[in-house]
Amino acid sequence: MIELLVNGARHEVAADPFAPLSDTLREGLGLTGTKEGCNAGDCGACTVLMDGAQVCACLVSTAQAEGAAITTIEAADPLLDALRAAFLARGAAQCGVCTPGMLMAALDLLRRNVAPDRATVEDALGGVLCRCTGYLQIIEAVLDAARGTPAPVPARASVGAAIPRLDGAAKVDGTERYGADTAPEDALWLRVVRSPHARARFTLGDLEAARAAHGLAAILSARDVPGVNAFGIMPNLKDQPVLAEGEVRFRGEAVLALVGTRAAVEAVRHADLPIAWEPLPGITGTRVWQADADDAPQLHAHAPRNVLVRGRLARGDARRSGGAAGALRVVETSFVEHAYIEPEAGHALPTPEGVTVIACTQAPYMDREETARVVGLPEPAVRIIPTACGGGFGGKLDVSIQPLLAIAARRLNRPVRVVYSRGESMASTTKRHPARLTAFLNADAEGRFTGFGMDAIFNTGAYASWGPTVANRVPVHASGPYRVPNVANQSVALYTNDTPAGAFRGFGVPQSAIATECLVDDIAEELGLDRWEIRRRNALGKGDVTPSGQVLHASAGLPACLDALKPDWEAALARVAAHNATQPRERLGAGIACMWYGCGNTAMTNPSTMRITLARDGTLTLFNGAVDIGQGSTTVIGQIAAEALGLPLAALRQVVGDTALTPDAGKTSASRQTFVSGRAAADAAKALRARLLALANAGDGAALSLDGTRLTVRDAHTTRVTDLAALEADITAEARYDPPTVPLDADGQGVPYATYGFAAQVALVRVDTVLATVKVEEIVVAQDVGRAVNPLLVMGQIHGGVAQGLGLALMEEFIPGRTENLHDYLIPTAGDMPRIRIHLVEDPEPEGPFGAKGVGEPALVPTAPAILSAIRHATGVCITQVPVLPHRLHAAMKGHRA
Amino acid sequence: MMPYHRPRSLADALALRAATGALPLAGGTDIHPLRTARAAWGEPWRTPILDLSAVPGLDGITETAEGWRIGARTTWTTIAETSLPPLFDGLRAAAREVGGRQVQNRGTIAGNLVTASPAGDGIPNLLALDASVELSATTGTRRMPVADFITGYRATALAPGEIVTALHIPRDDGARGRFVKLGARRYLVISIAMAAAVLRSEDGRIAQARIAIGACSPVAQRLPELEAALRDVELARAATVPRAAHLATLAPISDIRASTEYRQNAALALLRDLLAGFAA
Repeated sequence: MIELLVNGARHEVAADPFAPLSDTLREGLGLTGTKEGCNAGDCGACTVLMDGAQVCACLVSTAQAEGAAITTIEAADPLLDALRAAFLARGAAQCGVCTPGMLMAALDLLRRNVAPDRATVEDALGGVLCRCTGYLQIIEAVLDAARGTPAPVPARASVGAAIPRLDGAAKVDGTERYGADTAPEDALWLRVVRSPHARARFTLGDLEAARAAHGLAAILSARDVPGVNAFGIMPNLKDQPVLAEGEVRFRGEAVLALVGTRAAVEAVRHADLPIAWEPLPGITGTRVWQADADDAPQLHAHAPRNVLVRGRLARGDARRSGGAAGALRVVETSFVEHAYIEPEAGHALPTPEGVTVIACTQAPYMDREETARVVGLPEPAVRIIPTACGGGFGGKLDVSIQPLLAIAARRLNRPVRVVYSRGESMASTTKRHPARLTAFLNADAEGRFTGFGMDAIFNTGAYASWGPTVANRVPVHASGPYRVPNVANQSVALYTNDTPAGAFRGFGVPQSAIATECLVDDIAEELGLDRWEIRRRNALGKGDVTPSGQVLHASAGLPACLDALKPDWEAALARVAAHNATQPRERLGAGIACMWYGCGNTAMTNPSTMRITLARDGTLTLFNGAVDIGQGSTTVIGQIAAEALGLPLAALRQVVGDTALTPDAGKTSASRQTFVSGRAAADAAKALRARLLALANAGDGAALSLDGTRLTVRDAHTTRVTDLAALEADITAEARYDPPTVPLDADGQGVPYATYGFAAQVALVRVDTVLATVKVEEIVVAQDVGRAVNPLLVMGQIHGGVAQGLGLALMEEFIPGRTENLHDYLIPTAGDMPRIRIHLVEDPEPEGPFGAKGVGEPALVPTAPAILSAIRHATGVCITQVPVLPHRLHAAMKGHRA
Repeated sequence: MMPYHRPRSLADALALRAATGALPLAGGTDIHPLRTARAAWGEPWRTPILDLSAVPGLDGITETAEGWRIGARTTWTTIAETSLPPLFDGLRAAAREVGGRQVQNRGTIAGNLVTASPAGDGIPNLLALDASVELSATTGTRRMPVADFITGYRATALAPGEIVTALHIPRDDGARGRFVKLGARRYLVISIAMAAAVLRSEDGRIAQARIAIGACSPVAQRLPELEAALRDVELARAATVPRAAHLATLAPISDIRASTEYRQNAALALLRDLLAGFAA
């Protein structure tokens, strides 16, 4: 037994002395507020105080904690309470999974230093990674707490109010339950045995003998999949096996699942299992760009030449659009890892009718459909209950653990849990598509764009996932948010033996925007035009026609965004010029980029249904199937519903994202929840309002109030009180909203999206021209969000998007087999963030709830191209490969000088 | 269960080390990640551990007749926050650059040395400080220059029964240390390259320089030719002295962090920056 002193209480715990303290706190003492994101000291999520000093609990042997005072997020402490309040008020917790670690790091700081400056706060928080917030609000919150002045919270929660997130309290006190936090004590553990080879055939030996030898409850292989051993996003393309059948197509592919006690599954040396590997030459490394060559190995029988899908858009005659200026570029981007701080985790419970899977996810209804097929059950027999989701960004749209858990729980008739390690999360789950983009842009002498074309090759990895979505979205967006009469875009997604590429914030648009915005700068340079001016001259606005032939009837605020940025742009240019006149080594540069992004699925139905009920007991409940992955949809949709109904948000209870309880709100992706589900919630709330008004024979303008079971409807003339308890039934209203689109024809002509987000960003960078390092000093954002339902959450999305865009531009490069951890794969830290200023442009979208449209993905798209534009301004070098690691910029600058 | 020893005295620790060969563990900031990396691909940890965290006398920095003794288990935070002469400014700068605050609070100077990573931020500083390592065993104690102790990529002269018990830094009155590190992000970053120097000047001229480069060869290296070239050079001109030829003994690799060519150039630039800093 090991004796631990945690938050002032003594505990005796039977733990392996070498077990990380984080594990003992969580599994031994049930203190699950301490999160594990990497078990390698790379992310800081598990930060606790040990004798007052912040440490990664994953790096402390449990034995070493004996005799020390351990403080965790569960501690009662007035200073910690002040930090909690400050975090909530600033929106410093989004998904919340890094929040306990951040709070403990901040507590350590404020106990040492009562009045820290900003740099000291960054130093103190530098060891905790956050993937959602972009850190700035966290730093502000710590400064607020130090000063004893938390940010003010609006008194009213109406649409437009920057209220703290509704689900925030649990995120700052450590009680929020993520995928790894909820399994029953008697659950068996599941561990996946994965291929160490990118491509290989294999044969399995005597698994039953191995099971018995290792004391396991089961070793599951493809044979044990009761239904169809295949999953995948596309309805007609379920190409990925849950467990591989004789052949693996990428390193990290699941081959076996070990199920048993935790000790048993963790003691198994995978090399001792009866798997005979026959490695085969695969399509990896630089060969991926020739995956459609004659002599390339074929991954799938259904995909000749490894072509998963082709996308296309043609309008006018782009090839003959040459004018006064023209430019052509080839741009290459890397795999990008989502790096949500919560690796996939959850558990499954056998039920009389089927199975319940409780796990982190972005798409409960899609998980249900996939899981049901794999376990061979009708969909209603499978229930998906999302846990809190510790970040998604597209990476938790596909199933990962769900089918395996469901198979195991049903097979063994026991609860079964799994927690992916950081390494297997990175090796096995989807990534942003690497792209090779060849694009040209032509313009007339005034800089008006005359034609654009792009050939985009996407490395989609071993399985389809969201590859078709990327390949179809990019041709629509590739020419950027500009008026271009002649466009010829084509894309292809090629299967390779790399990690499957899927959905990641922007679905290929962040990659293509890098090429497009570079071309815009090329044309500006060629014509001697200012880079802001050329964008303003070509900006899509109201009444313009897109390359799909869609007329933008409303909410096309790019001209307003650019106008808002103009003073910032001019100031940046002036600052750069003044600085560079005297500083030969550290040069500043200013860059600018624009973007547009269609909200929701591309020319496909993507409805959301919301239900709202006023019960006879006086409870008002929104049955909200939209999973909040940290972006704040629960709060935003709540604000919308309350406002549309006319009752205070405080009266509204929510049931979120449970397939047995909530209608299908679709997936949390494509910046669709505020727009699509928000609209459905508004419509449902309005329908409920109409019924309540009818109950009282009141007119539209009447005011509602609710006190217990007493519903009061008051208009100019009368006040009517209804006792809900006396009604025969609860009053329920439901609404479904599917954004109006028109399918695309063979040339990509149609109405792919009901609305688009628009944005522009200005970047100011500092380049050390000797070491070729880049520090982004400032990003100024102008973004048309239609209507900012909650400006605090909008700001959070923008900050987080900028952080991810900065990572894409400067440091993030996933290499299968090489950067499967968070010290070789780098994401921005608290010290890498620029200042961010935001101009919110609200050009209302008539289809959206109160004029709102999507925010999440648009925030990321312009950042990387704006940074590249700024680097070019600083150095004269146009970089066409991201990330711009110092050695790449150095080589390019050398080539430029030569 | 795998053996995990946590002795309460040095004598017990040495006896256990001799008897079992268990792997010494102090701050755990390298060993726990290694365990995690192996487990991710189905390789359970089976190496017995000798946890030194309860052994008294291994912490802290003390001044001795010949210089300073840094206990093996002294953490980066202790190094950064202990009042020390300017000789240690480089080591202390490194202490603030290792990992994040969490790792600085746990990671130890001896652990950084014994891991012997080419990118270990402490090592170039120990070389520039002319440090020696104190190795203890049941049979006695020996000392060895750090330069001899690290024998190759992640390889040391630590004998099977030995434990590192301290680092010794010789007195060098009037000398100052500096350290510069280059990485692709601000915190939690493995160095692309780094440079450390200890320099003593008299009347504005360099009387003695010890300079080492890390992450540009399998083992961090001193640069004797550059050191010789710097002798008697005006401090204000020191940054002009380094030439590519001074780095001829380095063998930087191309990896995910940087190319060979970049590291060569960066090492030279870092050296110049490092030396310029002494004049500032």
